[in-house]
Amino acid sequence: MKEFKNEDIILDVKELQTYFKTDAGILKAVDGVSFQVHRGETIGLVGESGCGKSVTNLSIMRLVPSPPGKIVGGEVLYEGEDILKLSEKELRNIRGNKISMIFQDPMSSLNPFLKISTQMIETITLHQKVSKQEAREKAIKMLGEVGIPSPEKRIDQYPHQFSGGMRQRVMIAMALSCNAEVLIADEPTTALDVTIQAQILELIGKMNEKFNTAVILITHDLGVVAGMCDNVCVMYAGKIVEKAPTDKLFKEPLHPYTEGLIASVPKLEDKGKKEKLFSIEGQPPNVIDLPPCCPFHPRCHKDIDVCHKCYPPTKQIDPDHSVSCWLYASEEEIAEALKEIK
Amino acid sequence: MADEKKVILKVKDLYQHFPISNGGIFKKQIGAIRAVDGISFDVYEGEILGIVGESGCGKSTTIRSIAQLHKPTGGEVIFNDVDLCKADNRTLLKERRQIQMIFQDPYSSLDPRMTVANIIAEPLEIYNARGLLDHKWTKEEIDNRVEELMDKVGINIAFKNRYPHEFSGGQKQRVGIARALALNPKIILADEPVSALDVSIQAQVLNLIQDLQQELGITFLFIAHDLAVIQHISDRVVVMYLGKIMEISEANELYKNPCHPYTEALLSAAPVPDPEIEKTRKRIVLEGDVPSPDKERFGCYFYDRCPKKMEYCKNHIPPMFDISENHKCACWHYDKEDHSKEA
Repeated sequence: MKEFKNEDIILDVKELQTYFKTDAGILKAVDGVSFQVHRGETIGLVGESGCGKSVTNLSIMRLVPSPPGKIVGGEVLYEGEDILKLSEKELRNIRGNKISMIFQDPMSSLNPFLKISTQMIETITLHQKVSKQEAREKAIKMLGEVGIPSPEKRIDQYPHQFSGGMRQRVMIAMALSCNAEVLIADEPTTALDVTIQAQILELIGKMNEKFNTAVILITHDLGVVAGMCDNVCVMYAGKIVEKAPTDKLFKEPLHPYTEGLIASVPKLEDKGKKEKLFSIEGQPPNVIDLPPCCPFHPRCHKDIDVCHKCYPPTKQIDPDHSVSCWLYASEEEIAEALKEIK
Repeated sequence: MADEKKVILKVKDLYQHFPISNGGIFKKQIGAIRAVDGISFDVYEGEILGIVGESGCGKSTTIRSIAQLHKPTGGEVIFNDVDLCKADNRTLLKERRQIQMIFQDPYSSLDPRMTVANIIAEPLEIYNARGLLDHKWTKEEIDNRVEELMDKVGINIAFKNRYPHEFSGGQKQRVGIARALALNPKIILADEPVSALDVSIQAQVLNLIQDLQQELGITFLFIAHDLAVIQHISDRVVVMYLGKIMEISEANELYKNPCHPYTEALLSAAPVPDPEIEKTRKRIVLEGDVPSPDKERFGCYFYDRCPKKMEYCKNHIPPMFDISENHKCACWHYDKEDHSKEA
């Protein structure tokens, strides 16, 4: 288990809010998300589709298409500097350089018309003062680093000549070619087979150790989180509902949603006679016009009266374990919240 | 699993090759994609048989060939003493009533211009119009059946006149299941029915399938690439690689005692949602990718990536060796003779 100190915080996301304007109303895709990333840490963002994990990270990179999207509030501090307030030019120094990103689908994130070499050299020369030749050497070195055999030949090939897993390796090489300090991996293995997934996860872990790169891993697969992450944030309907170190989260999940999520994954273990999976009833809510209650209460198996009326406060159960659920609030707090409603 | 094992479907030496043409006007065949390359297995009545493997290993092609959506290149699929591969259209139509499919993508497998009630009623109407049902059903009877089905799969009957886009992914998959149940089939071929769904919805659909299986005693052929899902739902599991069966086993046995090196690697690569297990266990990471199935192979199909390969495996295709009563494995390491020194 790695220990992280406060001075090691490299990225500090504070109360981030990203809304989308749609015909049906304001869609609060991300609504007050805060978390910190330390140097060399691997942090996981888990949740179902539509819970705002990807939008959170697009917001960090300021890649949210605007309109219709807009970052309406919050701060993203990179080494103490608010990314959201930077000019386009200053931003370009950070994006792709200090913070880079790999995407889910490696085919559509590489340009099919350009050779790998062109694409990698472009990235490197854009951010570093090096000649084309040096950039090419650096690119070859990175490709070798991510385990592409005979990189000096492969670099002059086109993306279609690579398989899915190989393309994802190229993406990782490209993302790390400028010595990025934060790597955002948005579902990097969802499009890949299990055996290839194992290869890519091992590679990300290795890169994380070797270059001390912080990794934000977005995934819906709890198994991936368990193997990779130091800390985990569980998101639901645009908010982080629980934040904890991985071991703790799996051992004693506090939020009923986390509990349900962990229980509903089929386990690879010896089972007795046909057991039923635990399932969370119902669907994730539509995040347009959410009432001010806990968004999870219609699906919750432990809901109490107050859940239907106001959003729960975030409680620090341990220094490193926080949860947003009324079950962990004191009676006075509940009484007060109910009084305010009235 | 049922004690008296009655074979309901027999697949014998099934081949499914797709021709590669040279692109000229005469479409001269220059090769073939060997999607399914000689597989045999039995399906017992009332069981859930899981098929697992990486993409491109031929799992979907197998069940499509069983349903005769592709005409197999060779082999037999015997159901009700009829070889479906050689049956004429009329017999095929009659027999296929008992074999229904559920597809992977609930978004594209439902016609967006039909209401849910029409979608579920369509198989009934087709068979009714050709007089292949037990009697001529009236419109009312069909309506009642549709309502009964919607109720069974857990969709509110009030939604029957809605269109597919008004439903979420999980609900659409339920509509797909209701449609498959409409004709009271004996076998349902489920092609990755849960892989497009979120974890919590996936659990709901898996539970539904299990309920239906217990209630109606339908036999399922269940495809998934997620080993945990397969392990959870199946009685027996078939592991496929490059169009060949690597291992067939009872589900718990496969998990406890994987014999084929590929199964071992697959099991060890599957992420487990438990940090303690994840951090301590050893992972077998296979080198490289699945090779293209476009050439004929004379040795073990897994030879290129196998961590335990021997010289002998290169030129000899392993048959299925019996490990125990319910467990077969295609690997030369399990032959009684020792091949490690032969070439």
